[in-house]
Amino acid sequence: MRKIAIYGKGGIGKSTTTQNTVAGLVEAGKNVKVVGCDPKADSTRLLLGGLAQKTVLDTLREEGEDVELEDIVKVGYGGVRCVESGGPEPGVGCAGRGIITSINLLEQLGAWDESFKIDYTFYDVLGDVVCGGFAMPIREGKAQEIYIVVSGEMMAMYAANNICKGVKKYAQAGGVRLGGLICNSRKVDNEREMIEELAKRLGTKMIHFVPRDNMVQRAEINRKTVIEYDPSHNQADEYRALAKAIDENDKFVIPEPLEIEELEKLLIDFGIAS
Amino acid sequence: MPNKKNYTNGLPDPSELKEEILKKYPRKVAKKRAKAMIVNDPSEGQEIMANVRTIPGIITQRGCTYAGCKGVVLGPTRDIINITHGPIGCGFYSWLTRRNQTKPAEGEDNYMPYAFSTDMQDENIVFGGEQKLKTAIREAFEIFKPSAISIFSTCPVGLIGDDVHAVAREMKAELGINIFGFSCEGYRGVSQSAGHHIANNGIFKHVVGNTDRERTGKFQVNLMGEYNIGGDAFEIERIFEECGITLLSTYSGNSTVESFAYSHTADLNMVMCHRSINYIAEMMEEKYGVPWIKVNFIGAESTAKSLRKLADYFGDDELKAKVEEVIEREMAKVKKVAEEVKPKVEGKLAMMFVGGSRAHHYQDLFKELGIRTVSAGYEFAHRDDYEGREVIPNIKIDADTRNIEDLEVTKDEEHFRDDLVTKKAKLEKEGYTFKDYQGMMPEMSKNALVVDDVNHWETEKLIEFYKPDIFCAGIKEKYVVQKYGVPLKQLHSYDYGGPYAAFGGAVNFYKEMERMLATNIWKLVDAPWKHEPEIVGSISIEA
Repeated sequence: MRKIAIYGKGGIGKSTTTQNTVAGLVEAGKNVKVVGCDPKADSTRLLLGGLAQKTVLDTLREEGEDVELEDIVKVGYGGVRCVESGGPEPGVGCAGRGIITSINLLEQLGAWDESFKIDYTFYDVLGDVVCGGFAMPIREGKAQEIYIVVSGEMMAMYAANNICKGVKKYAQAGGVRLGGLICNSRKVDNEREMIEELAKRLGTKMIHFVPRDNMVQRAEINRKTVIEYDPSHNQADEYRALAKAIDENDKFVIPEPLEIEELEKLLIDFGIAS
Repeated sequence: MPNKKNYTNGLPDPSELKEEILKKYPRKVAKKRAKAMIVNDPSEGQEIMANVRTIPGIITQRGCTYAGCKGVVLGPTRDIINITHGPIGCGFYSWLTRRNQTKPAEGEDNYMPYAFSTDMQDENIVFGGEQKLKTAIREAFEIFKPSAISIFSTCPVGLIGDDVHAVAREMKAELGINIFGFSCEGYRGVSQSAGHHIANNGIFKHVVGNTDRERTGKFQVNLMGEYNIGGDAFEIERIFEECGITLLSTYSGNSTVESFAYSHTADLNMVMCHRSINYIAEMMEEKYGVPWIKVNFIGAESTAKSLRKLADYFGDDELKAKVEEVIEREMAKVKKVAEEVKPKVEGKLAMMFVGGSRAHHYQDLFKELGIRTVSAGYEFAHRDDYEGREVIPNIKIDADTRNIEDLEVTKDEEHFRDDLVTKKAKLEKEGYTFKDYQGMMPEMSKNALVVDDVNHWETEKLIEFYKPDIFCAGIKEKYVVQKYGVPLKQLHSYDYGGPYAAFGGAVNFYKEMERMLATNIWKLVDAPWKHEPEIVGSISIEA
């Protein structure tokens, strides 16, 4: 089983990209599990056809000790096993601790039991790695592969670089590696070249360039992945290609984060500043 | 125990001991600890390093900020419900472990036998604990209908950002009683001392001055920094009452928040434990003009001295005569016991590492029995508690201190006691001293070793070197020290004894010292075969 965590700046399209990619893997016959690690609990909406999921933490709150795996794992599109960690309202409590609690509970309940024959687990993690809790999915024994969703916008690249710092820290202590950057295009000038260069400098590769297409929003408003909503559309093929690239990926590295000056220079060289 | 040393001709220079202790430390640690260990010389103003962070890895005596705020300062107050907002252990283990006693009048509230906690669970950490805190406050109010509730923040509360002050305001409006919170998370300061300061600020802001009271006596005073451990306050109260002194409020042994609220109507504040309570005394003087003096009711001589100082403040002949009468009568009783006990314990050696004032005050009691203090230090004191208040302007304000709010206090025009300010000025001219704490070091012998924030390694070396007859500290040290064959008297909780304050307390303490010191039992700590093997044999091999 491969365990993959998807990180990236808030609003970059992590959840959308993850679910569409998962749909591609499912189509290719893979058995996938998705663990949403965002307190908003919207990481599995497209796979489940809506926000019907009861989160791990809500269940834990209501049921107390008596939680069964069936209470928190819901089967969605193509048999994907979906879990939402959930968490507090913005501004209260500790969402990071929530992720730790829910992943521990999932493990205790045997969510990764061999009988499920899971090929892939995806952890979809909120924005930046703000505290230890959000790094939980990349600690020892959890996700071994990280993909960072990024675009040609400066702050997205800045966040990607920061996430690499976190990955590097945990990579040195454990087995986690960076699998590559996924460029979710914002139609910035020279975007593809710039992200390819950023990936190179980080010591990894851009695993796929996902072009911007309104079809993604259309599918989303219909609570579906593109592959499910319009399987013959070009954008569906893009996600299939991304799924394939991840499936065939064999380049896993410990990233070398850039100094901030180096990152800014990259942006200037590729013409954003002009 | 090896043979004892004879210190009748003065204490030996412990510089070599200090070097030996420091040798074991890494270079940077040694540099830091060297500044916290002073070979005392009362003839010159020496500087000691105090109130700085303990080096991680060292087994310290210190407690946490929460313990200082909840456990020490507000814990002994009976008519307020003190709710610990946090996991259950924090509340339970800070619940009356210091043996603070209290004596409510018939029908009066006393919540001290209860431990109140929000019992935070994982879920409350994740989703925030404010709702649970509100529920706890409502529940406590429903059951007990108290006049005041306070909230104490433990470590996780600060991490997840529960706003205890907002909750307190909301609940105060809803329930119509005084409710206030403390941001006294355990990690806030270098020791419990930060918690004392936070508690002082909170009480002053939310309680002092809330109510006024008509005068009930000619001489109205507050006693500050007296926590009624083992009934100390009862003994002091007995003396005051007989002398005709009206004790408005004690901070905070055998006390009520009700009395804190009108304590600003006193004519004088007397400060016992300077470290834990000087902030309120200072703020009360600024806001209400009530002056304060340093007193010490530990030791019969010190008690007499403090009572005379108190009588001199009021300058009333009748009071002075009464005080002298009480002193004479009580001293006769004290002397009788001292005469019996002193020959049995005289010349013995004591060491004490405790508190922010006890390590100083108890030296007076020991002195009365002819027991010499060879080494002493505080757990959480600041430089002024060692060197005297005059060093306060020179104390370096570090980030840890800045982390605690410094209240802006302004004069209360309506309640300000101009008469007391005039009285103070007049007395000062006559040579009477106010807020005159000289600290521990000037009163200790030459060559006594003063150690701040002593740790276990240092404790062991000190015992080896001085071979003391008695060691005073707390429960964390007790059994380690006793395994060296040295009896340990707890000065946090008094073990099972007390009161040791004032005249009756001195008698109790003398008897306790007789019990602990005039015995051979501690020489029997080592198993006999350690010194005299019982079975002696030999073997030979024949080829």
